[in-house]
Amino acid sequence: MRRKEILAMLLAGGQGSRLGVLTKTKAKPAVSFGGKYRIIDFPMSNCINSGVDTVGVLTQYQPLQLNRHIGIGIPWDLDRSNGGVTILAPHLKESTDGEWYSGTANAIFQNLDYINQYNPKYVLILSGDHIYKMDYSKMLDFHKANKCDATIAVLEVPMEEASRFGIMNTENGDKVYQFEEKPQNPKSNLASMGIYIFNWEQLREALIEDRSIHENSDFGMHIIPLMLKKNYTLYAYRFADYWKDVGTVESYWAANMELIKTLPEFNLYEDFWKLYTDGEHQSPAYTGPNAQMGACLISNGCEVLGSIFNSVLGPNVIINEGAVIKDSIIMGNCVIGENTIIDRCIIDEHSSVGRDVVIGDGENIPNELKPNIYDTGITVIGENTVVPDGVSIGKNCVIYGKTESSDYQDSRLDSGGTIMFDEEVIL
Amino acid sequence: MRAIGMILAGGNSNRMGDLTLKRAASAMPVGGCYRSIDFPLSNMSNSGIRKIAVVTQFNSRSLHDHLSSPKWWNLGQKQGGLFTFTPSQSHENSFWYRGTADSIYQNLTFLKRSNEPYVVIASGNAVYKMDYQDALNHHIDTEADITIVAKEMPQDVDVHDFGIMELDENGRLLEFEEKPLEPQSNIISTGIYIMQRVLLIKLLDTIIKEARYDFVKDIVIRYRKKLKVMAYKYDGYWQPVNSVRSYFDANMDFLRKDIREMFTKEFPYIETKPKDEPPAKYNPGSSAQDVIIGSGSIINGAIQHSVIFRRVFTGEQSFIKNSVIMEGCFVGNNCMVENVIMDKEVVLSDGKRLIGSPDNPMIVSKGTVV
Repeated sequence: MRRKEILAMLLAGGQGSRLGVLTKTKAKPAVSFGGKYRIIDFPMSNCINSGVDTVGVLTQYQPLQLNRHIGIGIPWDLDRSNGGVTILAPHLKESTDGEWYSGTANAIFQNLDYINQYNPKYVLILSGDHIYKMDYSKMLDFHKANKCDATIAVLEVPMEEASRFGIMNTENGDKVYQFEEKPQNPKSNLASMGIYIFNWEQLREALIEDRSIHENSDFGMHIIPLMLKKNYTLYAYRFADYWKDVGTVESYWAANMELIKTLPEFNLYEDFWKLYTDGEHQSPAYTGPNAQMGACLISNGCEVLGSIFNSVLGPNVIINEGAVIKDSIIMGNCVIGENTIIDRCIIDEHSSVGRDVVIGDGENIPNELKPNIYDTGITVIGENTVVPDGVSIGKNCVIYGKTESSDYQDSRLDSGGTIMFDEEVIL
Repeated sequence: MRAIGMILAGGNSNRMGDLTLKRAASAMPVGGCYRSIDFPLSNMSNSGIRKIAVVTQFNSRSLHDHLSSPKWWNLGQKQGGLFTFTPSQSHENSFWYRGTADSIYQNLTFLKRSNEPYVVIASGNAVYKMDYQDALNHHIDTEADITIVAKEMPQDVDVHDFGIMELDENGRLLEFEEKPLEPQSNIISTGIYIMQRVLLIKLLDTIIKEARYDFVKDIVIRYRKKLKVMAYKYDGYWQPVNSVRSYFDANMDFLRKDIREMFTKEFPYIETKPKDEPPAKYNPGSSAQDVIIGSGSIINGAIQHSVIFRRVFTGEQSFIKNSVIMEGCFVGNNCMVENVIMDKEVVLSDGKRLIGSPDNPMIVSKGTVV
């Protein structure tokens, strides 16, 4: 194989369980965002825009949608004869019977052979969970200029919130001397973003060494402290732009809504830092003679005959006559029936809502089964779900599966209610 | 499919006015996201043709840009794939393409180095969805030498601008007249031809020696009695892009649900080069009624019955009606635009009024600043 100066390892195996039913059938990086994108598009686009043309994507939890989305990497120009994108799944090995990825560093350890093929000088570690635009080549320049063995990207967070993050304690111009995971009395406000550049030689050595100590080897908890102990040079690289972890239903909803503002904090429309995604849908969106448009994002292939206010529509969504969508996220290929009213709702891909349905009507009572996930008034409708005609659904509800009128008592699902069919029933 | 494809995309049409000053007719943007050539090119790929040549000449930059990677039409392959030919100088030949037949003749090596028995020839400037395999089956069944895909136009349509075919009861060509003053029939040629590759090579070798360079005049018409020229009647949607009016209509037809869905949603799909624009954004105070809007556009004003391409910006209190607004246009605040074809990257400063007539849309040339 030909050598590469740098390659990226993108950790995309996490479930993101606080996104509730949105990650029931797909890993968090595969969840739609901003209409036409998926969360993983942001680090993937950053890679190619930064000149990183070799990316290993590590998958574990529900990888099908992720695999299909990435394919051979065409949208990101990562279909290459040398390098490009490679999906790296957990696999059996003769010596160990195989194992799951049990920690961030463990996942990289299990793919030493992949990295060795390219024998790179540097390895960039990324996570597929965040929304941001970052030029990794500038971070690499910083890494080289400071003759680092490892560089950790950090974000300055308010001091009072620092105890929620992994904190890098630095001295002498951002040289790291200590890492503390969620410290009670933080000494610094530099929170690790989970983005690292390592010299491959030193990283390989540390991964192999840590393997015998920690089964679930983790970069923050184990590898960084180990490297500090060995007196390697570690620097914090400050990043001061938009960076969002859309880890909860509320933060996911809010980050989408923020894009609708006339001048959003996160700009999708920049020409010099394009964001790439699956190009399956190119056709324009149609808005019918009676359509009313408030502030909204409408993706390719949509047919809007009703009214949309403060909402984000994914590709190929159909909104029929008389339907009113407010403060909601409707992901790709959904169909909303005539005269249906939807307020503060997230509807996952390929779902259909019948006619004369009301969603988001009622008191703000937290979900009965998972009150810590659904408690901000947002009702979530899962993937491939059917909501029948004429029903009324409250706030903080969860619906998943092909439901029928008989599943709703008096055509009503009160706030906090759940209708969830197991996958077997759906098949 | 046992055929190779050739798309003749070199031509320009003087009836397109300023729209083709900077590009070939085949590169005309259509339907919010396509270029005209996407239709024959996708049709060929979808029909199973694996080796396709696009012959360009006039203003070919934008066409070459569009075709720079063949993978969008599933033609990124080592065997066959997509070829683009422009005129080139050689010892024997220092001419531009002297006609449609000459443009094929100058690329005769492409024909000679292929093994497929048939050739499908199409022009690059028409909007339609066709399975050429059906036409080829007809060609084989009727034992034709040349098959022309023909379309019967409604009686009330003006057919002066087309090639008019007179057929016998079996569909064999009797007479063919280009742009006749008095059309003798309402059956027109769509400019799609099927014939045996070897026969095409032989005919080209013969006519070029006689200094004849036009495919229609010097092959179809000249040989109509000697060869068996058959018509294959096509009754699906077919809209040429060869005049300002037909270009405007081809775009406006995308506001019709049946036509829009046929091209954008139904198998087999029409492919185009992706542009990676974000979703279209409607700011408070905007409205869009009976409109298609391409991705990356930001709408602040009102739009009615129009086709808006990608990355268009419209300002507050602006009003656009019955118009085609191409990629990258900027319409300022309080502008009024009606019955206009706005070519790419036009800038309208605040408060401008552009009003064309419904029968004759006003054209604003590419990059104009008003």
